Amino acid sequence: MSNTQIVSPKQDLIYMVVLSVVVLTMPIWLQPFGAAYPDLMQKFMIFGIFAIGYNVLFGLTGYLSFGHAAFLGVGSYTAVWSFKLLSMNVLPAMIFAVALSGLFALLIGYVSLRRSGIYFSILTLAFAQMSYNLAYSVLTPITNGETGLQLTQGDARVLDRMAGIEASAALPTPNLFGIEGIGYSGFYICAVLLIISFFIYLRIFRSAFGLKLRAIKSNQNRMGYTGYNTRPYLMTAFVISGMYAGLAGSLLAVTDPLAGAERMQWTASGEVVLITILGGAGTLIGPLLGAGIIKYFENIFSAFNDQVLQNAFSFLPDWLGHAVASVAGLFVGDGWHLTLGLVFMLIVIFLPGGVMEGITRLWRLVRSRTTSFDGNKKEQQPSTREV
Amino acid sequence: MDAIFLQILNGLDKGGAYALIALGLTLVFGTLGVVNFAHGAIFMIGAFCAVTLEKILTLSVRVKDESVTFFDAYKETPYLEVWFGDTGTAIIDWSVPLSIILAIPVMLAIGVIMERALIRHFYKRSHAEQILVTFGLAIVLQELIKSFFGANPIPQGAPEIVAGSANIGAWIGLGESVVYPWWRLIYLLFSTIIIGLVFSFLHFTTYGMVVRAGMADRATVELLGINIERRFTIVFGMAAVVAGLAGVMYTPVLPPDYHLGMDFLVLSFVVVVVGGMGSLPGAVLAGFLLGILQSFSSMTEVKDIFPGIDQIIIYLVAVVILLTRPRGLMGRRGVMES
Repeated sequence: MSNTQIVSPKQDLIYMVVLSVVVLTMPIWLQPFGAAYPDLMQKFMIFGIFAIGYNVLFGLTGYLSFGHAAFLGVGSYTAVWSFKLLSMNVLPAMIFAVALSGLFALLIGYVSLRRSGIYFSILTLAFAQMSYNLAYSVLTPITNGETGLQLTQGDARVLDRMAGIEASAALPTPNLFGIEGIGYSGFYICAVLLIISFFIYLRIFRSAFGLKLRAIKSNQNRMGYTGYNTRPYLMTAFVISGMYAGLAGSLLAVTDPLAGAERMQWTASGEVVLITILGGAGTLIGPLLGAGIIKYFENIFSAFNDQVLQNAFSFLPDWLGHAVASVAGLFVGDGWHLTLGLVFMLIVIFLPGGVMEGITRLWRLVRSRTTSFDGNKKEQQPSTREV
Repeated sequence: MDAIFLQILNGLDKGGAYALIALGLTLVFGTLGVVNFAHGAIFMIGAFCAVTLEKILTLSVRVKDESVTFFDAYKETPYLEVWFGDTGTAIIDWSVPLSIILAIPVMLAIGVIMERALIRHFYKRSHAEQILVTFGLAIVLQELIKSFFGANPIPQGAPEIVAGSANIGAWIGLGESVVYPWWRLIYLLFSTIIIGLVFSFLHFTTYGMVVRAGMADRATVELLGINIERRFTIVFGMAAVVAGLAGVMYTPVLPPDYHLGMDFLVLSFVVVVVGGMGSLPGAVLAGFLLGILQSFSSMTEVKDIFPGIDQIIIYLVAVVILLTRPRGLMGRRGVMES
């Protein structure tokens, strides 16, 4: 982890170019993995954005929020309302979603950030649960309760009507000035937004502001003693991550214009925590990796069923094949969450830095092997790994 | 008046469950310093102990139905009825209270194994990591239960004799209209007894005294040559038993399903925080208090004034308490303060 080293702008440029190429060519290189269909790739992008935003808060400052799903939900609801009232264009939906979830984050953050540690977690959890419960009950006129908010033929769509776009018989689909929000074009919309989000995150990461956030993580008291009032920085980080979540929520609404309250439940907040930790909290591309890994395997594992398993183990003797298949059946299909939970536990226990730490360790191992093989007995540099 | 009285009972009842879970949660936090997000899952496993026992007791065999003479009719009859007749039927009827006998060793074992195998390695790590690993464990336990028992709630019946309602109104002179289910009264009594047992264990036995000493100053107790770690393991097991029993007894009130634990976990964490992290009387007090508040806020008269208040009251109270009195109602000075 070379966070503390001075990184030249040129290197960042290379990062951005590589990331853009990797993301934009996804439909090609994901082909052999069987994951190159737009729906799934859109999910990679959306949860990537969500996780990047979460990482701004948890990864940089170490504040463990258990309520980020609330912002995701607010983003989704806002986007669908924008579709209903204004226009099927994605742009206003996203702008309103980001703005409103930012405002929401400002409110919640103002209260929650008065405490730290586990109290902060509980406070954010409490607020998220409140929003979830309200969305289900009293706010039904806004959220449409259990059914979820959805588009109808008779929606106002003021701007669209003004521009002379009348809805045809079918429900209109979200679009960006005519570019469809679903399918491959939808994927590219999400991909471009992901790249922009990542760029902003990279700028934050490298800026003095980002350094202050990391200083808060390493020792908040000392940060205070040096004369910094940490709360405004935390506040900013919290609002930024809330806005990222709102953007992700609006994109969820773009891919499927239906917003339900279950997006705000605390298990949904748990998911983004899982993604971030799995990838590597506080690293640059860890959250993206985490989102990709979890969504990819969720897709693969959920598709398995007993029949597939029986076939997979058919080379074994019958009785053994059945036994193995039934044990394996626990972990796939509906049991995907079991696998996820187990993997997550293993990661937290053995590899708290997530996949990124694993890669770093492997890299170091390979390098030390090769250097000792060359007989190159250089004095091992004490690794300046920051905490 | 009647309505208020009933709501107080309702609240005490709900509060009993909150208090029992929160008690274990705060006991674990006070002794081991571990924030255990898997505690709700333990409550859920307790509930499923009752389900399991009922399933075992009602293992059935196909028996020829003698009352039908025109053709051969068969009906499913539990082995217990075949072997013991009416006694067997009675045993099945009492399966929920009997589950307590099963639940105690099972929950103790689960608690001790959990502590030795996993939690022990997390004493020295940050609270965030403890939360994360136990959160993962909670998911694993919940999904295991789901894959064995399915996703639907499984209703459990209280014994026949207490299945009806008690006419409390007549006892205290409020008239015939005030009735309350027997089982809920028993649950209230049960939770009071368990809370009493835990407190007397901690305050009137030498073992409990050492545990309390360890909570106050672990290092000194260790210097005196006491293996405090082993006692804390037992305490963890005890917390698991308390939560498990709460789960067993709660099954006739609320049919258990696999996310029961998660539902109660969030609430009981709020209870612990309101009561004060690491404070046992605080957890009990806050449990009953929040239970009563919740049931009052679900009265229609209150809901007319503040719509939706019943959904958020607990969280609202938690937010207010945390902001005005971060130590909680009865929290000790210096515990988790910042």
